[in-house]
Amino acid sequence: MEFDTSSPIWDQLVTEFSRRIVTGQWQAGSRISGVRELASELGVNPNTVQRALAELDRRELCRSERTAGRFVTSDVPRIDTLRAELARRIADDYVRRARGLGMPQAQARQLIEERWTHDDHTHGPVAPGERDDA
Amino acid sequence: MTTTPTARSHQESAMTPEHALVSVRGLTVRYGPRTALDGLDLDLPAGRIIGLLGENGCGKSTLLKTLAGVYADYRGEVRVGGHPPGPESKAIVSYLPDRSGLPDQVRVRYCLDLFADFFADFDVDKARDMIASFGLDESMRLKEMSKGMREKVQVSLTMARRAQVFLLDEPISGVDPAAREGILDGILGNLEPGSLLLVATHLVHDLETTLDSVVMMRHGRVVLTGEVDDLRAEHGASLDQIFRKVYSS
Repeated sequence: MEFDTSSPIWDQLVTEFSRRIVTGQWQAGSRISGVRELASELGVNPNTVQRALAELDRRELCRSERTAGRFVTSDVPRIDTLRAELARRIADDYVRRARGLGMPQAQARQLIEERWTHDDHTHGPVAPGERDDA
Repeated sequence: MTTTPTARSHQESAMTPEHALVSVRGLTVRYGPRTALDGLDLDLPAGRIIGLLGENGCGKSTLLKTLAGVYADYRGEVRVGGHPPGPESKAIVSYLPDRSGLPDQVRVRYCLDLFADFFADFDVDKARDMIASFGLDESMRLKEMSKGMREKVQVSLTMARRAQVFLLDEPISGVDPAAREGILDGILGNLEPGSLLLVATHLVHDLETTLDSVVMMRHGRVVLTGEVDDLRAEHGASLDQIFRKVYSS
C-alpha cells in the first residue's frame, strides 16, 4: 500500500481498514491479524497500526477481546452505514468537481446513471484513457 | 522531551521523564574547541521507533556513542534503564556504530561466536536466521562482501540481542535503495516488542512510514521533537519536507 506521507498515516490506515471491512476482505465477525503482522504487511510502525485499530474500536467497527484478539463487528447494519460514509466522501468529491466544471445537477446525475451501467457492461478494469474522462 | 503542542496531546505519558527508558539532562560533549553536544535534554520511552535526524556534524553520533557507553568524556546526566553508562547499561543496549569494528579477514561464523562470547543476551539462532534470510552464507569473509552485505551482517548481529535499547547509527546509508528496504525490514521484523529503537539517519524518506516519533538535532541541541503523524497533521507535510524546512533556515 502506498501512503501519502504528507498526512497522518494512522488516518490513512483507518480508511484502508474500513475499506477492507466494507468489501468483505475482512469478513463481518472474523478475527483480524495481529498488530505486528499488519505492520509488517503494510510496512508501517506497529504503534501506528495500533492507533488506527483503536480508532476502529472507538467507532465500533471492531472489538477487542482480551485473550482471543480483535474481531470485525458482526453488526451488518453498522457495516452498511460505514459503506455509505465511505461512498459519501467519494460522492462529495464528484459533486465538487463536476460543479467546478460548471456542470448542471441534472446532467451530473445523468452521467452517474450512464457510467454506472457502462461499468456493468464492461465489468472489468477500466480501459486506459477511460479513467479520467468521467 | 520538548514537544510541539499537538504532539503533546498524544501519548503524553509516554514522553514524561518518569516513563523514560533513556533520559538525558544537560549533556555536553566538547572535542577540543568544538562543542558536539550543547546541554542536550532528552527523554525517550520504551516500545517506540524513534528517528534521530540532523545534518552531518550535528552531534547524532556523539549522542549515540554516549548512550552506548563507548564515549565517557561528557558532562551532564545520562540514564539508560535507570543506569549511568557502564556495564549495567551496556547489558541492555545493543549499538550499531557508524563504522564497523569487525576485522576484515574474518568469516561471518567468527562474528557470531564473538557476539555469543561478548553478550549474554545474544540469540545466535536469531542472528543465523537473519543472515540466511538476507541470502548470506556464514562461511563468507567480510572482506569478500559488498558494503550492503556487510551492513546486513552488522544489522543481524545487532538486532539478535535481546536488548531493551537499540541504537543504530546510519544503518542504511551507503547502501543502494533496493537493499535499504531489505535491511529496514530486517531491523523492524526483529525488534523485540517493548524495546526502544533509536535510529540516526539523514535518509528521512526511507523511514517515513516506520518511525513513531523524531528527534531533530542541530548544533548539538534538539530543535524539534514529536510524533511523526502529529507533525504531519500540524504541518500538512511529509517528514522529509518538514526536515528540509527545519534545516533550510
